[in-house]
Amino acid sequence: MKSISTTAVSWKKQSGSVSKFLLSNAIYFVLAAIFLVMVMINPGLLTLDNISFILSQASTRVIFALGIAGIIILGHTDLSLGRMIGLSGILVSSLLQNLDYPRRIFSSMPRLPLWLPILGAMLLSALIMILLGLVIAKIKVPSFIASLAFQLIVMGILSLYFDYVNDSSPIGGLDDGFKAFVQGGFMIGSVRLPFLVIYAAIVTAIIWFIWNKTKLGKNMYAIGGNPEAANVSGVKITKNLLLIFLIAGLLYGLGGSFEAARTGSASNSLGYGYELDAIAACVVGGVSMRGGVGTIPGVLAGVLIFQLVSYGLVFLGVNPYIQYLVKGLIILLAISIDTQKYVKRR
Amino acid sequence: MANSDYILEMRDICKAFPGVQALDHAQLLLRPSCVHALMGENGAGKSTLMKCLFGIYQKDAGEIFLDGHPVNFNNPYEALQGGVSMVHQELNQVLEQNVMENIWLGRFPMKGIVVDERAMYRNTKEIFDNLHIDIDPKQKIGELSVSQRQMAEIAKAVSCGAKIIVLDEPTSSLTENEVSHLFRIVSDLRSRGCAIVYISHKMEEILQISDEVTIMRDGKSIATQPAAELTIDKIVSLMVGRDLSHRFPQKSSRCCEDILLEVRNIKGAYAPAVKDASFQLRQGEILGIAGLVGARRTELVETIFGLRTREQGEIYVEGKKVENRTPSQAIENGFALVTEERRQTGVFEDLPIIQNATVANLAKYTGRLGVLDNTAMVSDAKWVVENMKVKTPFLKTHMGSLSGGNQQKVILGRWLLTNSKILMLDEPTRGIDVVSKFEIYQLMIDLAQQGKGILFISSEMPELLGVTDRILVMSGGLVAGIVNTQETTQEEILSLAAKYL
Repeated sequence: MKSISTTAVSWKKQSGSVSKFLLSNAIYFVLAAIFLVMVMINPGLLTLDNISFILSQASTRVIFALGIAGIIILGHTDLSLGRMIGLSGILVSSLLQNLDYPRRIFSSMPRLPLWLPILGAMLLSALIMILLGLVIAKIKVPSFIASLAFQLIVMGILSLYFDYVNDSSPIGGLDDGFKAFVQGGFMIGSVRLPFLVIYAAIVTAIIWFIWNKTKLGKNMYAIGGNPEAANVSGVKITKNLLLIFLIAGLLYGLGGSFEAARTGSASNSLGYGYELDAIAACVVGGVSMRGGVGTIPGVLAGVLIFQLVSYGLVFLGVNPYIQYLVKGLIILLAISIDTQKYVKRR
Repeated sequence: MANSDYILEMRDICKAFPGVQALDHAQLLLRPSCVHALMGENGAGKSTLMKCLFGIYQKDAGEIFLDGHPVNFNNPYEALQGGVSMVHQELNQVLEQNVMENIWLGRFPMKGIVVDERAMYRNTKEIFDNLHIDIDPKQKIGELSVSQRQMAEIAKAVSCGAKIIVLDEPTSSLTENEVSHLFRIVSDLRSRGCAIVYISHKMEEILQISDEVTIMRDGKSIATQPAAELTIDKIVSLMVGRDLSHRFPQKSSRCCEDILLEVRNIKGAYAPAVKDASFQLRQGEILGIAGLVGARRTELVETIFGLRTREQGEIYVEGKKVENRTPSQAIENGFALVTEERRQTGVFEDLPIIQNATVANLAKYTGRLGVLDNTAMVSDAKWVVENMKVKTPFLKTHMGSLSGGNQQKVILGRWLLTNSKILMLDEPTRGIDVVSKFEIYQLMIDLAQQGKGILFISSEMPELLGVTDRILVMSGGLVAGIVNTQETTQEEILSLAAKYL
């Protein structure tokens, strides 16, 4: 009588574990297969240069995705991500141009230290995300609609600024030090390891710590998994939500600054559509849109796989319209699998 | 006033809902180190009383003393902090997190800015060891059995330093072994000075585990007695004892012998499922369905209606086999279902009466070009309002602004428009005022007289005895028996309802 029917439970677990494993990892198998087919069509995809490029592309996206993943685990979503990237990119680019660039925007301004504009962009994004969080938590606007509105508002603000300082023409001549800081890399033998990968790794480590080791992280999972249980247990839902949104804002600001330097210039279309890529990557990586479920390795895998397939399609010269189609199908597949895990039969 | 013999005193608690006096000077006096059973039929006011204690409902009148001090909790969290904790029938847990994270949620032990997992594990293990609970604190809650999840919830209450733990129908889904383990835990808690409020329908269990019993009826506390002085018969008579005055319309013996509906060995596919049910419904008959909470009465009619997946069994209408795999097939075959949760699955609150009355019948109004015939819809909706005696200023009035009784009449009318032969009514009078109740009984009797067959689920014994011809009693997903209303007693029905617990 001491151990109540634990044997029955563990037996049941075992019999279901193979199919459960296949179901919960199905999306990885499918995407790995797609990538393998691509490599077979053109083995040139697997050169070190390509991999290095894919990694640096994926690095900024990991930073965005980690921000939005927290929001999704809370049970919300954020459509403003792309425009927040744009805002940060424009702001940092306009403040970090080479002194001798002929079209320097603030021509009499001394050269700023790199960290200052980046920190400014992070704080501005964090502020906007806190406002968004307040609208969601306090006024109870569904996050889909609230962030849709914020997306437009941020687009308006950044375009006005873009037009005012640079007559709506792309901001170029980015500070050489800034570009080197972001675009550079170590040479390890003949392999080039981009700095961006290291930055992304540091960010990932910090976010992993927050999600797994701190009270905020545990509360985040609890609120997303069962808000009522969290509330009854005395978890302060608004405070935790605002903190998660604040962290997302900081990450958007940092990633947006990097993204501008990575691409070498910024216009008001920077970041367009990134929110959908980030959400898709999260879902592919097993972050449930129902909230309460998601891991750091999952997000990393989701971003990387999504980036591999996207780049592979470009590399193989697949018709861009077909690329849309393939990406759409991948998202649909990922979401369908996710839903199957939780569907209730009656 | 406050008496130091008691750890919890709830005195003269009153709570009214529109049309119903749910609690009428109810009383609960709880001694320390005591298991106190709270009994009563469905709707007697047990859960309302507990909801008033935990601040889920605000009481209209009355006083609550905890350890001699007046308290008034505004929400369950305040109650928890005050040492009063509840283990709900539907366990409110974060399924994706592990056992210890659930237990310490909101109060994680910290080491600097890091959650101290080791301390959390140690503290959890200590509580589990003390209570002889054998669960790995690191296992995901969602992977545990109901019984283990319940124990985790009890451990959480203990970890909060609860002085009073309310167990709501704790054994309703436990096996016999699990029940005796639970009882050992309950005895442990009692010997450590905890007071337990034990809500249950199972009389043998109550006599076995409890020290005192309070019996509620119609929102009043009828009696509080030591369990040792009680017998099952005594409890039943205390729970039942009320008169059936003229709260029901006159009915004439009207059944004919033709079988309208026959259900053979129906079994549901997904939990909670009907295990095995067979019965016949005659033309012009009102067949009541009685049973305790969890007897799967709603699941039975939902399975017949095609809302739930049927794994086995056949359904015959007038001798002809029908499939009823989906609700629309069932409607075509002449079935109608008035659901229990009127707000969730019955009414479209933001749509006018016209749409609400005609929604199940739109195919009939659809013309050649797919355009709806508005005139026919308006005239049918008018028919519903007149025949069902719906009190409304306009046909365009939004459903949400009608009273519960009038909403229910519109829904009944909806199913009369589809020409259904078999009406399945799931708690049709719940939350409805007395006058509307009488009108709904009258409608049911009139419809039966027109030759329709009616399945009438109810948790209120008086209305079952007052309106039906026969009563089918369900227990634990099975048919415990079918009795003739004229010849049966409440006692017989209650003991049948407990047959397969």
